[in-house]
Amino acid sequence: MRWLFLSSAIVFYSASASAALNIFACEPEWAALAQELGGDKVSTVSATTAFQDPHHIEARPSLIARMRSAELVVCSGSELEIGWLPLLLTQSGNGRVQPGSPGYLEASQYVVKLEVPRVVDRSMGDVHPGGNPHIQTDPRNIGKVAAVLAQRLAQLDGANAATYRSRAEAFDKRWKEAIARWEQQAARLKGVPLVEHHKGFTYLVSWLGMREVGDLEPKPGIPPTTSHLAELVEQMRQAPAKMIIYSSYDDPKAAQFLTQRTGIPSVMLPFTVGGSDRAKDLFGYFDDLIARLLAPLQ
Amino acid sequence: MFRGKWCAAALAAAVFPAYAQDAATREEIKQLKQRVEELDKRVQDAENAATQAQAQASSRAQSESAMNPAVSVILNGIYANLKQNPDTFRINGFVPTMGDVAPPPRGISLGESELAFAANVDHLFRGTLVASISPDDSSVDVEEAYIQTLALSHGFTVKAGRFFSAVGYQNQIHAHAWDFTDAPLVMKAFLGGQLHEDAVQVKWVAPTDLYFDVGTELGRGLAFPAAPASKDGASSVNVFTHLGGDVGSSIAWQTGLSYYETKPTDRSYDDPLNGITNSFTGTSRLWALSGVLKWAPNGNNTVNNLKLQAEYFQRKEDGDLTFDPTGAALTDGYASKQSGWYAQAVYQFMPAWRVGYRFDQLDSGTATIGLIDSGAVTAADLPILAEYKPKRHTAMVDWSPSEFSRVRLQFARDYSRMGEPDNQVFLQYIVSLGAHGAHTF
Repeated sequence: MRWLFLSSAIVFYSASASAALNIFACEPEWAALAQELGGDKVSTVSATTAFQDPHHIEARPSLIARMRSAELVVCSGSELEIGWLPLLLTQSGNGRVQPGSPGYLEASQYVVKLEVPRVVDRSMGDVHPGGNPHIQTDPRNIGKVAAVLAQRLAQLDGANAATYRSRAEAFDKRWKEAIARWEQQAARLKGVPLVEHHKGFTYLVSWLGMREVGDLEPKPGIPPTTSHLAELVEQMRQAPAKMIIYSSYDDPKAAQFLTQRTGIPSVMLPFTVGGSDRAKDLFGYFDDLIARLLAPLQ
Repeated sequence: MFRGKWCAAALAAAVFPAYAQDAATREEIKQLKQRVEELDKRVQDAENAATQAQAQASSRAQSESAMNPAVSVILNGIYANLKQNPDTFRINGFVPTMGDVAPPPRGISLGESELAFAANVDHLFRGTLVASISPDDSSVDVEEAYIQTLALSHGFTVKAGRFFSAVGYQNQIHAHAWDFTDAPLVMKAFLGGQLHEDAVQVKWVAPTDLYFDVGTELGRGLAFPAAPASKDGASSVNVFTHLGGDVGSSIAWQTGLSYYETKPTDRSYDDPLNGITNSFTGTSRLWALSGVLKWAPNGNNTVNNLKLQAEYFQRKEDGDLTFDPTGAALTDGYASKQSGWYAQAVYQFMPAWRVGYRFDQLDSGTATIGLIDSGAVTAADLPILAEYKPKRHTAMVDWSPSEFSRVRLQFARDYSRMGEPDNQVFLQYIVSLGAHGAHTF
């Protein structure tokens, strides 16, 4: 009996403590976006950081605990979180956020995905049948998801619907202005050849019209091998790229190796919000991405 | 797009310079420009259509097979080099579980192949079937087959069917995801390898930042330490709780405590040392305490990571032991208090490569056996129950070129048999085909 009181006390305590809409984001960019759109009406938590590989996350007890009290789950989807998210969902005993319910949002469903494979086979590496899931590196995708997310917030938290709508409008205006600014700043990057560690920045490369001429990973998700790097060195001798990019969670060794052998500068790019000092929010994230890409061209 | 237009215009201008003054040619250029603009628009339309088609294609194909469950297959094979004959395997001091606990056969052999299906049944339930196909007698065993609620909310989940019991930590993990080739000695001695039950499980996760759950399982008593009983109620009861959380962004931990109780009737075993069958009727209580800690720099486990894991089991059995039920059929009291533990560490020192070490120890304690105390039989008649402290050292190195394949080399010095230490070398492959399964913490 005392046990029952105790547990119900915990339930009520936590319900009253979190008047704001509880949002569980799989990746920091969606937590940042929800924060932009929800302000103090939402409380966000991200399951991963920019220093973690979102493909390989442990389904830790702390994440199940957070999923347990979530009212909205926002994830990239497209099988990015397939190794851990399904477990969090089934273990949490939280019916509000199961796939198919309003409390579950897969961002990549609302954008046009790149690299959707025609044929899928594991011999091709860790390919995603639904297309490349790292959609956050193109700000136009963020804009599209913002519209959907704002609607969803308004649906789940009707009392604050007007706030979400007006914040979404304001964000949309600022975001479009920012995109125009970034595109202008990055005009010089058009056609610039680069080598990527993982296909993590495909959307960025495509947005800026850059040219990806090689990957450090021999196949998606397979760590760089010496033989593959040797091939890349040879390839760079014949047709050098302007830079080698790797993300905040990649092991920098392979990129540094190629830089040593070829003299082509390697550039660390924050994979998402929080991946560098400047990438404090979504605006800072793209400011930093553009600045880091332009640096080797100075 | 625009570049194309200007190129065409420039080309047109370059081809006809001599006639640049000519009005007719100017008209021609105008027409060409118009053509280019039209083409440009057509390209744009085609691109838009392609974009749309791609968007449609990226949402799943609409067909009957789109609703097929996720299917995955686990294949594994092993080469074993053993000093002792695996057919004589026993754990001295402990009642044989009659389970599948012996090392694999000498030489090259195929391990159990696993076939798994899983899908959401509807908006309320999820269903999972894991069948294992034994290579020798081609029998198919139902390892797990259960449904699980999805939408109960308030932290509750109910699971029903056959599944691995929440006893300790490793028992709930499928063998292909273990960090060593074989089970810890505590699982071999106390759970007959791996304990699954036909049961109903209710679990509640607390709405707290620190992970906390409690749950219970009411089971049929499918196998050791239970014995099949024909009764309406539950033949086995398990109660469990877990506590877990993070320390900074680099460390995650979980501890668990479980209590399993069953009242086996005529649970018989063959003494491997004299071939006589004996049976036990009474109460068996098992406590299991477990702890897991995972470390990875900034929580990024791709390059380096460390996993520490330990479990402590304690079992008390109280009841009657019948010596040779089909022959002498002597019965008297039996009480034992036995325990065991293991601790292991697995470290990934570079991408794809891990090393690990495990230490196992069991303590049979001194059983109170009425038949021996009264002089009805001698200790030599119940040789496997003689007091002993088995232990084992295990070291392994494994290579996982991708998430879906692993090759492992393992060495062990196993003192499970009294006076006959075994040196075991295993070379094993484990691969998974098909759907990408998620692994528990």
